Amino acid sequence: MSLGFRSVGACAITRRATVLQLRRSGGGVARHGYVLDVIGSFGMGSGMPASRRGTGSVAVRAGSALARRPADKLRLWKMMVQLRAYDERATLLQRQGRIGAYPTFWGEEAIQAAAVLAVGDADWLFLSYRQNAVPVLRGLPPEQAWAYFRGDPRGFFDPSQFGCAPQCVPLATHLPHAVGWAVGRRLQGGDEVALAFFGDGASSEGDAHEAMNLASVLRAPVVFLCTNNQWAISTPLSRQAAVDHLSARAAGYGMPGVTVDGYDPLAVLGAVAEAVDRARSGGGPSLVEASCYRIGPHATADDPSLYRDEAEAALWREREPIGRFERQLQEEGHLATQDIIEEHERAASAMRDAGHRLDRMPVPTGEEMTAHVLAVPPPSWPRSSAPTLATAEQ
Amino acid sequence: MTTPPAAPGNAEPVTLVQAVDAALEAELAADPRVVLLGEDIGRMGGVFRATAGLQARFGESRVVDVPACEAGFVGAAVGMCLAGLRPVVELQFDSFSYPAFEQIVCHLARYRWRTAGATEMPAVLRIPYGGGTHAPELHSDSPEALFCHIPGLVVVTPSSPADAYSMLRWAIRHPDPVIFMEPKRLYRSTRAALPADPDPEGLLRARVVRPGTDVTIVSYGPSVPTCREVAEMLAARGTSAEILDLRALWPLDQEAILASVRRTRRCVVVHEAARSCGVGAEVAALIAEHAMFSLDGPVVRVAGLDAPFPMFMLEDLYLPDPGRIVDAVEEALR
Ligand SMILES: Cc1ncc(C[n+]2csc(CCOP(=O)(O)OP(=O)(O)O)c2C)c(N)n1
Ligand SMILES: [Mg+2]
Repeated sequence: MSLGFRSVGACAITRRATVLQLRRSGGGVARHGYVLDVIGSFGMGSGMPASRRGTGSVAVRAGSALARRPADKLRLWKMMVQLRAYDERATLLQRQGRIGAYPTFWGEEAIQAAAVLAVGDADWLFLSYRQNAVPVLRGLPPEQAWAYFRGDPRGFFDPSQFGCAPQCVPLATHLPHAVGWAVGRRLQGGDEVALAFFGDGASSEGDAHEAMNLASVLRAPVVFLCTNNQWAISTPLSRQAAVDHLSARAAGYGMPGVTVDGYDPLAVLGAVAEAVDRARSGGGPSLVEASCYRIGPHATADDPSLYRDEAEAALWREREPIGRFERQLQEEGHLATQDIIEEHERAASAMRDAGHRLDRMPVPTGEEMTAHVLAVPPPSWPRSSAPTLATAEQ
Repeated sequence: MTTPPAAPGNAEPVTLVQAVDAALEAELAADPRVVLLGEDIGRMGGVFRATAGLQARFGESRVVDVPACEAGFVGAAVGMCLAGLRPVVELQFDSFSYPAFEQIVCHLARYRWRTAGATEMPAVLRIPYGGGTHAPELHSDSPEALFCHIPGLVVVTPSSPADAYSMLRWAIRHPDPVIFMEPKRLYRSTRAALPADPDPEGLLRARVVRPGTDVTIVSYGPSVPTCREVAEMLAARGTSAEILDLRALWPLDQEAILASVRRTRRCVVVHEAARSCGVGAEVAALIAEHAMFSLDGPVVRVAGLDAPFPMFMLEDLYLPDPGRIVDAVEEALR
C-alpha cells in the first residue's frame, strides 16, 4: 500500500509541488525525492518512532510573528501550565471518585495552547474529547468542564460564549461541522476561521475524509489539526495508516499539509498561524499534523502495559513540552526559576479551588433529561418537565 | 416560528415535486439564512427537479452542489446551524440517508440538548422515499420509523401538493430538526393549486382527509391515495371509512388519532414500510394504551413485508394495495 502511494502519489506531488508546499529534500529523505514540509526541532534521536527517524533533517521554520514576541511566548507558556494543572487535577478528581472516566492529555499541552493562541478570538474551535480543557483557555470555568465528566448536564455550555463547539465523542464527526460553520460564517459576510482538532485514529474515519474533501472543494476557511500521538487506544499508527506522515493525505485533497513537532509549541504556533492566515485570506483549508506520543494512558480506565512497552512512553515523558519550553525560555532570558515555580503553584491552586466548587455544585434533577432536547415538546414527555412552546418561541 | 407569508400567487395547479420547489423558493426568498445543500441540486435542479431554477435565482452560495458525501454534507448542515443558518438538505434517495445516519443521530438530534438549549438545529433533511416507481435496488426504501425512534428529531411526510408546500414552509421555519419524507411515487401523480396561505394547521397536526363513521384508516404519505381509493370502494358497499392522514410521524398527533378511533371504534393502519416496529406499531400501542375500551375490534396493520424492499418486478406484491386494505377493514369490522 505504501509503495502504491509512493509510486503513484509521487508524480501527483511533483506536479503540484508549489501548491502543496512540498520541498525538495536535501538528504534523500524519501524515495521519490520529495518530503512533506516537516517543521520543528525534532532533535530527539532515538525517541522518534522508527518510521519517522528518517525525517530528522528538517527545516525549522521561523513561524509567524506571534512565535517571536517574548510576551506571546510567555502567554503560550502560561496557557500550557494552566492546561497541565487542569489535567493533573482532573486525574486526581477521577482517582478520588469525584468525576468518572477522564481522558488525560498530559504532554499535548503545546499543541492545544499554540492552536488557541494562533487563532483569533472570533474563530471557533471544534474539539474531540482529548481537548476538553480548550474551552477553559477561553473562559469556561474548569468545574463546568469537569461537571461533564461527572455525568452532569451542567457540563454543557453555550458554544457561542467560548467559540468552542462541545467536545465530540464519535471520532471525526465534528470535522464536517467545522466545514459547515466556516462556510456558514463566510456566507454571512464573516471572515472567521474554524480549527478542528482530531487524532491519528480519527484520521481513518470516513467523516475526516469527507470533511477535508468538502472543505477543499468549497475552499472553506478551516484548519484541520491532527494530533498524531501514535496511538488510538491500543492501536498503533502502523495499523492506522500506511503513510509515513498523515499530512501526506493533504495532497489528495489539494490542500497544503505539514508535519510539525507537537512538543515544540513555537513550531505548532507557526504552522497553525500560517494555516489560519491562509484560510482567512481565501486560500482554503490546510492540514497540520502535530507529531507527538501519547505519554499517558488512553483514559483513566486504560492500562497501556497490556499493549505497549511502557519504557518507550517513559522516554517520551522526558521530552514533554513544558519543561523543554521552560528551559528554552530560561536560556533566552525570559524566565527565572522562581517565575516557573510560582506559575505552577498559582495554576495548581486555582484548579484546587475549582475542584472544591465542583463539589458544591447541586446535583441534577430528573427533569433535566428532557430539558433542551427539543424547542417544541412532544406529547409523550411528562408535561411538567417539558419547556412550553411559548418559551421556545421567545 | 412565524407564519410563512402568502405564496406569490400561483393559481396554476402544480405537482407535488413542483410544490416542493415552490416552497423552497418562497423560503429562500423570505429568509437569507435559508441555504440548500445536496448532490446535483444546482444547475441540474436535483434528480427529481425539486430544486429546478433555484440556483439560477439564488446563486451558488445559497444553492450548494456538494460532493457525494452524505455524512460530510449533513455534518456541514449541523455546522451551518451552529453558524445561525437554516440549511435544507436534499438526500438524493431514501437509502442514501444511511451514510449520514451517525451525523443525524449523534449530532443533529442531540446538539440542542448538548449545548443546554443554546443552539438550535433548524435544519430540514428532505428525503424522497418509498417504492412503486420501478427503481433500481436501494431506491425504494421507507426508513421513516428509523428516524422516529431517535429522540430529538421531528419526522413529517405530506401526501398532496398543497400539504407538501405548506408543510415544507413550516418545516423550514421549525426550530427543531425536521426529517421531511417526500413520497416520490406521488411527485407527479396529481396536480393541485397551491394554497394562497400556508395551512394554519402548522406542521404537527394529523388531518382527516375523508370523514367517515364505521372505521378509521390511519395512513400517511404514499399510501394515502390508495386508502382514498379503498374508501370509495367501501362506500359503494355501504361502509363509511374515515381516513386520517398522520402527516407528522413523530411526534404523533395523539389527540387526532384517539378522537377518530373513539368515534369509529375500529382502526386499520396502512403503510408501506416494513411491518415490525413500524409507525403502525406505535399507533396500535397508543390506541391500546388510551382507547382500548372504545374498540369493537382489533387494530389491524397493512404494511410492507419484513423483507428488503424487493426487486421491482415484485414490488406490487410488496406494496399495500386496495385488496389487502379492504381485507384488513373487513377483519377490523368483523
Ligand atoms: C466513531 C467512533 N468509533 C470508536 C470510538 C471509540 N474510541 C474512542 S477514542 C478511540 C481512539 C481514538 O484515537 P485518536 O483519534 O488517535 O485520538 P486519541 O485518543 O489518541 O487522542 C476510539 C477508537 C469512538 N469514540 N468513535
Ligand atoms: Mg491518537
